[in-house]
Amino acid sequence: MNQARSNILRRLRAGRKASFALPRSDFAPVRDRDWSAAEKLDLFQQKIESVHGEVHRVPAQQWVPELLRLLAEKQLSNLLVSPERKPGQELREQWHGDLPELLAYDQPIENWKSELFNQVDASLTTCRGAIAETGSLILWPDTQEPRLMTLVPPVHFVLLEADQIYATFHEALSTQGWVNQGLPTNALLISGPSKTADIEQTLAYGVHGPAELVVLVLE
Amino acid sequence: MSDPIKMYPSKPQKVYFYATCLVDLFYPEAGMAGVQLLEREGIEVIFPEKQTCCGQPAYSSGFNDQAREVILPQLGLFPEDYPVVVPSGSCAGMMRKHYPELFAGTPQQSQAEALAGRTWELTDFLLRVCNLRLEDQGQPVKVAMHTSCSARREMGIAEVGPALLQQLDQVELVEQARPAECCGFGGTFAVRHEEISGAMVQDKAEALAAAGAEEFVTTDCGCLMNIAGYSEKQQLPLKGEHILSFLWKRLQAADKAPVNAGGKV
Amino acid sequence: MSQHQEAVQEFHPRVHAALQDSQIRNNFRKAMDGLMGKRQQAFADWDLEGLRDLGAAVRLRALSRLPELLEELEANLTRQGVRVHWAENGDQACEIIRDICQARDAKKVIKGKSMVSEEMELNAYLEEAGIEALESDLGEYLVQLAEETPSHIIMPAIHKNTDEISALMHEKTGTQPSRDVAYLTASARQQLREKFMQADVGVSGVNFAVAETGTLCLVENEGNGRLTTTTPSCHIAVTGIEKVVEKLEDVTPLLALLTRSATGQHVTTYVNMISGPRKEEEKDGPEEVHLVLVDSGRSSIYQDEELLDTLRCIRCGACMNHCPVYTRVGGHAYGTTYPGPIGKILMPHLLGLDKTRDLPSASTLCGACGEVCPVKIPIPKLLQRLRKEAVDGDSLRPSVVSGHGVKRRFLEVLAWKGWAKMHAHAGFYRLGTRMMTSLRGLMPSKLGGWTRYRTPPRIASKSFQQMMREHAQKSNAGGRS
Repeated sequence: MNQARSNILRRLRAGRKASFALPRSDFAPVRDRDWSAAEKLDLFQQKIESVHGEVHRVPAQQWVPELLRLLAEKQLSNLLVSPERKPGQELREQWHGDLPELLAYDQPIENWKSELFNQVDASLTTCRGAIAETGSLILWPDTQEPRLMTLVPPVHFVLLEADQIYATFHEALSTQGWVNQGLPTNALLISGPSKTADIEQTLAYGVHGPAELVVLVLE
Repeated sequence: MSDPIKMYPSKPQKVYFYATCLVDLFYPEAGMAGVQLLEREGIEVIFPEKQTCCGQPAYSSGFNDQAREVILPQLGLFPEDYPVVVPSGSCAGMMRKHYPELFAGTPQQSQAEALAGRTWELTDFLLRVCNLRLEDQGQPVKVAMHTSCSARREMGIAEVGPALLQQLDQVELVEQARPAECCGFGGTFAVRHEEISGAMVQDKAEALAAAGAEEFVTTDCGCLMNIAGYSEKQQLPLKGEHILSFLWKRLQAADKAPVNAGGKV
Repeated sequence: MSQHQEAVQEFHPRVHAALQDSQIRNNFRKAMDGLMGKRQQAFADWDLEGLRDLGAAVRLRALSRLPELLEELEANLTRQGVRVHWAENGDQACEIIRDICQARDAKKVIKGKSMVSEEMELNAYLEEAGIEALESDLGEYLVQLAEETPSHIIMPAIHKNTDEISALMHEKTGTQPSRDVAYLTASARQQLREKFMQADVGVSGVNFAVAETGTLCLVENEGNGRLTTTTPSCHIAVTGIEKVVEKLEDVTPLLALLTRSATGQHVTTYVNMISGPRKEEEKDGPEEVHLVLVDSGRSSIYQDEELLDTLRCIRCGACMNHCPVYTRVGGHAYGTTYPGPIGKILMPHLLGLDKTRDLPSASTLCGACGEVCPVKIPIPKLLQRLRKEAVDGDSLRPSVVSGHGVKRRFLEVLAWKGWAKMHAHAGFYRLGTRMMTSLRGLMPSKLGGWTRYRTPPRIASKSFQQMMREHAQKSNAGGRS
């Protein structure tokens, strides 16, 4: 289809008008926000809760007991968590036999697709920060926390450090230098649990992804 | 790229009056009310007799050649730099927004642009330029305002009609559901797509009646003819009137008949 | 050309049927009222004009460098391991996708929502090649079960209410009849889970393609888009050539505008940014990622300075939600992939004016669509332009759109010429109005469609011109006394 390529590009070049009046791109409407750290956290929480996300603020040292409480409350029997990441290690250190089983995403999906889809109750991942304005979590899946880990289990727990909340998406991608460092194969903004309103505009959660998104904010 | 901010002129001594073909033939009393409201403000109204139609029917049907043919002899009817006032949002919109497009690249370009720049919808002109103040002499009445789509979106004057009506002590302004929704007139649309137009005017008239309005007023004769015509045919308890006729009548003592009520639907 | 596309011409009978169907009218009215309210709330705290200006500027900047940006996108994606294909029309695009499937011996395709794939009727094409194509967006899934097409570009099954959907799912999938949306949704989830696990290929659309970084952005709420682009070993993204933007930061205003304009959400649940296939050390994601860039008439829209604005569209559907015509007749009446105002200005280019002849005139030019368009496409102006094209109405600016002149009929032309003669000469005009006012009793009581719903307009006994003359005489007399 190289013919198609050259035909399309030729038509576009031939048809281009010289008189493109290009207005200035003034990014102020998506950039300039003047929020304190506390305001950003409050706004993040308000926004993500408005779409059914769950937020628990905990002192940074206290997240493990809080997570254990939530696992018990939600009656989850296992938890998928990276054994290589620091939270996974901390969790394993404080573990004991009565608790839900800890699982690891330690092999390619092809080897355990059915188990992942049918037997995993919940997952726990880190994130690269959050966006206050939209209540979004920023995740770059990688070998330790692969893509499906945040999508297939019905409950997804995320650890968010309170000082990693950006005001806007624009601020997040410019501060973190996304363009310069190059994007990963997959980057995500996640803002609440999976939902649909395709049946008469009535909201239902957990249509394809998790029905619950639980954020532990580490203060 | 936002629409440029409107720069209203200071109150002039004279204006040109562009009556529009619908006022001329169907609602002359609305035009007369407009003239008298202007004269009440001490403004001399000049009515160039050779005017006909603003060209919109042909233009919105895609017949630009015929629109230009009709507009061309009228471009020269307003030689002095007086404001041109129009008792219709849609005709004013045609002149203000579309004349410059139609004549772009023709010898009449600058003439069309100049005319567009001093064309005003009349209620907007009365409120913002003349700073019109009204003392209500009429009986209590419940009224709803239907601002035409061109008045609302092309001319940006959605707040003008309600602001004028609110000056009237005895007039209770009620608001219909979905005030910004089109009444379904759309010129030849009402004939080309009669069923859709019929469904739209039904909803509009019913919304006005359901709001408790005994009467609705509007900036545009097309909407008036459409909604009042529907209301009359379906025998809804809802009268319609051009806002200028309504305002002028409210200024007359109750026992005094209006100047001319001919042609009112 | 499929039956579906040929049927576009039959606009009036479909409108008639839709208007008679009170269920359809209620479903759309309710849905559109809800969507309009949500959009308004979502922008309540925003400098909306500034944001729309920025959105328009970003899209225009992208279009101004469209060929270069497409090449940059291709180069970056290729470097990152994505294979880029070009298709001049829908059939070529279908062929490319079929060939990719066949090369992988793929029999099962799972689809995320893609309007371009609807436009090129991919599902039917694949079925013919013996490849199952299953929609996974809930709305699309329901529409596919019903063997229909989407009636709205964002909410494909908006024309159905819960009872209708319950009955449909009961009939086609055996779920229990229920008004419980959570139950119906959970049932669909269950039905589709297996399909996701089995699918060989995932086909998705693209919301924004970023040239600078070689990134495909997909915006969605359900997670089916993420599953489609992650679970099968091959992901094929298909998109129109106009979807490219220059820089990553350009996505930020468009995203802010898209979700708020579409459904009043401050953001969707997922913004999925794909820049390449799975790397060797990664544990999931597709081994192969393809991008199919589809022209299908877009490059010819690009030839015209004015019509070009059509290509700014980011497919939010706000113009539909605010359109009084769409609200009355619903999406299917248009008979086109894209219904509503954007459909009326886009489809004539994709199918030709001859096949969409009644669409440009099916508007009151009320301007609601242009007012809410997040990238400020002057939709009413483009509708007027297409009306002009349909009747070859402007000798100063010759018509260029395919199928132009299709509505130019001898009698109508004659009528407008007569109208112009009368109104271009003040003498004729005055004579005419004088005749009409004096003969007003002879006005017919039936005027076609007008009087089907309304009383006929009443000609005044005196024209405004006559009244003004009398008024002037009175003033002069008064002045003398």
